[in-house]
Amino acid sequence: MLAKRIIPCLDVRDGRTVKGKKFSEIKDIEDPAILAKRYAIEGADELVFYDITASNEKRKISLEFVEKVAREIDIPFSVGGGVKTIDDFTMILRKGADKVSINSAAVHNPTLITEASKRFGAQCVVLSIDAKKAGENYVVYTEGGRNKTNLDAIEWAKEGVRLGAGEIVINSIDQDGMKDGFDTTLLQKLKAATNVPIIASGGAGTIEHFIDAAPWADGLLAASVFHYGEIPIETLKKQMHKHQIPVRMKVK
Amino acid sequence: MHVIIDYDVGNLGSVIQSFKKAGFTLEVSKDPEVIKSAQSLILPGVGAFEGAMKALENTGIIPLIHDHVKQGKPLLGICLGMQLLYESSDEYGLHKGLGILPGQITKFKVDLNIPHMGWNSLRFEQPNHPVLKYIEPGDYVYFVHSYYAVNTAATLVADTDYDVSVPAITAKDNVVGMQFHPEKSGPVGARLLKAYKEMVE
Repeated sequence: MLAKRIIPCLDVRDGRTVKGKKFSEIKDIEDPAILAKRYAIEGADELVFYDITASNEKRKISLEFVEKVAREIDIPFSVGGGVKTIDDFTMILRKGADKVSINSAAVHNPTLITEASKRFGAQCVVLSIDAKKAGENYVVYTEGGRNKTNLDAIEWAKEGVRLGAGEIVINSIDQDGMKDGFDTTLLQKLKAATNVPIIASGGAGTIEHFIDAAPWADGLLAASVFHYGEIPIETLKKQMHKHQIPVRMKVK
Repeated sequence: MHVIIDYDVGNLGSVIQSFKKAGFTLEVSKDPEVIKSAQSLILPGVGAFEGAMKALENTGIIPLIHDHVKQGKPLLGICLGMQLLYESSDEYGLHKGLGILPGQITKFKVDLNIPHMGWNSLRFEQPNHPVLKYIEPGDYVYFVHSYYAVNTAATLVADTDYDVSVPAITAKDNVVGMQFHPEKSGPVGARLLKAYKEMVE
């Protein structure tokens, strides 16, 4: 049975991670490769990097971290943030990332999903969706939550899969940073509507939140609870295992 | 010298890294002379079957791979590289493979997400096989694939469950196939490569 993936998310700016205070014994806490290795050793199943470097020019330099991460870790990882073109995909995959995630650019130019999927395979193409509640439904936002679109999040996810996305990361804008749980309603709707893996993002605050969301997601993504050491990955997985959720336990 | 066959499919960085960490003395090559003198061959691969098979044909070394196997020297296929070892695949039309291992590659027909992507656990079919020496039943490895081997019969060493039995490790004499990515499978992947190294040296 496939294990539910536990996925720490790291923000990178100018080639350096911006969070990650927990490993106090590490000197260079901002080095993405060193931090990535620690998470891999701790039992993370996969890592997600978002490059939040502001300018396109600087991002090219910033992305040099991808090569270093690929050398250091032996688990899969994805890279996103500012990905707009097939060339961006090529560059990131050549540097050794397993997947590339696209968000705003996919909304503006949906054919990018298809082109990337044809070129590199659906398993490389992650569609990241920022969704906000609007009554009974969820609306897609772009540009880091600044722009409201007229797209329904579930419909957009279905369209994204039809176009060739191999995985969906669903970020709940309402839950993001609130630490009061993943939006399980959103996850249930999405799971019922699609047949690709779903990664839940936004709202993780306690171990119970992971357990509650696990039936509706293939992967559970979080940032601060891991970066600040609030939830050790091994403890989290032990608790999930107790609740009969399939997880990859550390090997002896 | 162990040789990773270089036929222009995907990034080999992680594969090279993992074999080096396991202590293999490596070369990445498609040079016929290097292939001929290889102690063992490693066939990696990602992407689609037909394209990969064509890329391999373009290197002109397929006869050398067959000679290598006939001489009893070890060959390891990883992921799509494993699939190429089979008789055929029905990925986008019917395509012939190398025919080194018995069986065919076919698309998943299960009511689950496709690709089969993520960490799945191993069941041992041949618990005493030397490649399993350092790992336990139930250990997880990382899979990414939409097609899998069928009719592998007596060559099945370990499988995983995805509504159907998915051959994860197959072996026949000096040839071993791994459907998952040992280089992305954390410590379990490293242990498999350690055991494989002992088998071939």
